[in-house]
Amino acid sequence: MTLRIPEGLLDEIRRHGESAYPAECCGALAGRGAGEGKEVVRLAPAVNRRTDDPHRYLIGPDDLRRLDAELRAEGLEIVGYYHSHPDHPAVPSGYDTAHAWPWYSYLIVRIEQGRAVEAASYTLDDERPLMHPESLEVLSEV
Amino acid sequence: MSVTVTIPTPLRSFTGGADAVELAGRTVGEVIEGLLATHGGLKRHLVQEDGRLRNFVNLYLNDTDIRHLRSTETPVSEGDVLTIVPSIAGGSPGSGGPALDTELPRLSHAEVLRYSRHLLLPEVGVEGQRKLKAARVLTIGAGGLGSPLSLYLAAAGVGTIGIVDFDVVDLTNLQRQIVHGTSTLGRPKLESARDRLTDLNPNLKVETHETRLSSENALDIIREYDIVVDGTDNFPTRYLVNDACVLLGKPNVYGSIFRFEGQASVFHAKEGPCYRCLYSEPPPPGLVPSCAEGGVLGVLPGIIGSIQALETIKLILGAGDTLIGRLVLFDALRLKFRELRLRKDPDCPLCGEHPTVRELIDYEAFCGIGAEPAYQGPEVLVEQLREELDEKGPEELVLIDVREPHEWEIARIEGARLIPLGQLPDRLAELDGHAEIVTYCHKGSRSMKALEILRGAGYGRVRSLAGGIDAWAARVEPGMARY
Repeated sequence: MTLRIPEGLLDEIRRHGESAYPAECCGALAGRGAGEGKEVVRLAPAVNRRTDDPHRYLIGPDDLRRLDAELRAEGLEIVGYYHSHPDHPAVPSGYDTAHAWPWYSYLIVRIEQGRAVEAASYTLDDERPLMHPESLEVLSEV
Repeated sequence: MSVTVTIPTPLRSFTGGADAVELAGRTVGEVIEGLLATHGGLKRHLVQEDGRLRNFVNLYLNDTDIRHLRSTETPVSEGDVLTIVPSIAGGSPGSGGPALDTELPRLSHAEVLRYSRHLLLPEVGVEGQRKLKAARVLTIGAGGLGSPLSLYLAAAGVGTIGIVDFDVVDLTNLQRQIVHGTSTLGRPKLESARDRLTDLNPNLKVETHETRLSSENALDIIREYDIVVDGTDNFPTRYLVNDACVLLGKPNVYGSIFRFEGQASVFHAKEGPCYRCLYSEPPPPGLVPSCAEGGVLGVLPGIIGSIQALETIKLILGAGDTLIGRLVLFDALRLKFRELRLRKDPDCPLCGEHPTVRELIDYEAFCGIGAEPAYQGPEVLVEQLREELDEKGPEELVLIDVREPHEWEIARIEGARLIPLGQLPDRLAELDGHAEIVTYCHKGSRSMKALEILRGAGYGRVRSLAGGIDAWAARVEPGMARY
């Protein structure tokens, strides 16, 4: 699988992660399936419902239902989610894997001392409980 | 019943690409069972090994989350739409609660044996027992409610129990405070409780906080725990515990008792009302007597405290329907439980839509304590009264006992007349306006109220016995029973 994302949107995710530092940011990737992969068309930043712990994020079902209906009206759907790992590598934690859904792309951006340093995307193995890296294709804007 | 189950995009590869599946069943649970039977690949994504739904899987029947209905027991009707909605969760490995199974502490062989009756319950099981072991519960008070609830939490295998108390064990406690004993009389309640609880379960870690909970220390103490259980007996602390729990987002398992009646609820502002939604203002000071003034049946805190322990354990396990949004009222004499539905107050100053209380306040002042000085009339010391009674006849010096008849049965001062405080305004005609009057009660506060009534009615030569019959028994008549 490949996740294609315009450079501008990836920058936006980096900035979102930097501004949320030292807490985590989270949001949905809106787009459409494209052949073997997925393409991100726009971002949908979400409210992090976990306020008790800066190292956790939660997008609640009511928020997702609303967002899903909104995107459908635009002919889009949720193709994945992004979140930041403050001062941790951009690899899924055990907690990420345990709560992941199949098919979606999980894009993680590492924020080191307040600066975004790397980003990577993963998908859940259909058999659980593993996440595989997927190729992240950054589309440079012309 | 034929129900349409809509399948979210991430799961469509397990339904052959279909975005909806028609299934039959009488309840949500049966429909889901049918779905898993026909599309087995969904199983590992939707349910845990024990068959329960994963915590990030949400089901909506038409437009309502089934958790707000009867969960998987919710009946379905022809044409209903059941929608699977994801919750999306994650986070860096930094911290977080022990939400992930592999992060929970493991059980030793001895613990497996000790908790075997729990492990046999599918609702608890090994995972639930490990959650109990990981849990940190704070109980406010090691008294009537704190005793049974801390004993049951310790026995159930809660890993860490914090206790806030600053009192010592007193003989009047032992009629109901079963965590203490005759052998621990005079010792701090914290030490007494810790010894008993760790004897019951040596795996338990007890954290003691020997202090009065206050606006200065409450947030720092409560922050360290997952759940707070309120076993206090006074309004300022009850509001303080509530407010601190709302500000920190912690559930507050509430219980209170008086005479033969008790109540219990779970206040968790994230999911339901808080104590202020139920009682926005405290009662006027002195209106509601404490158990020390009004008495309490010893077994009553056993029942209410056990309900609090039960709710705490359910919150930890995530099992069953908790008392969030419900107030249970228990009447011991009639053996009746009643239930009131509680609603979150949108105007609640603490957890409403526009909160005005954003930090802890002065709760003594909020509850009106110390605001209006109580009536202060002339008093007489017990030794002085002894002498005066010897010198003067009963016509000259009238001694009025303003306690209740059942207290009169326990002990009385010879020569006194019983006129309970509540009857005094109607029985003034029985009193000779020319005689000197001394009023007394148990410890001196009701007799001061009696003085206020007598003074208001024009009686000039009235005094109250300082320290009441309790001081009399201690200093004048040592053979007299105290209570």
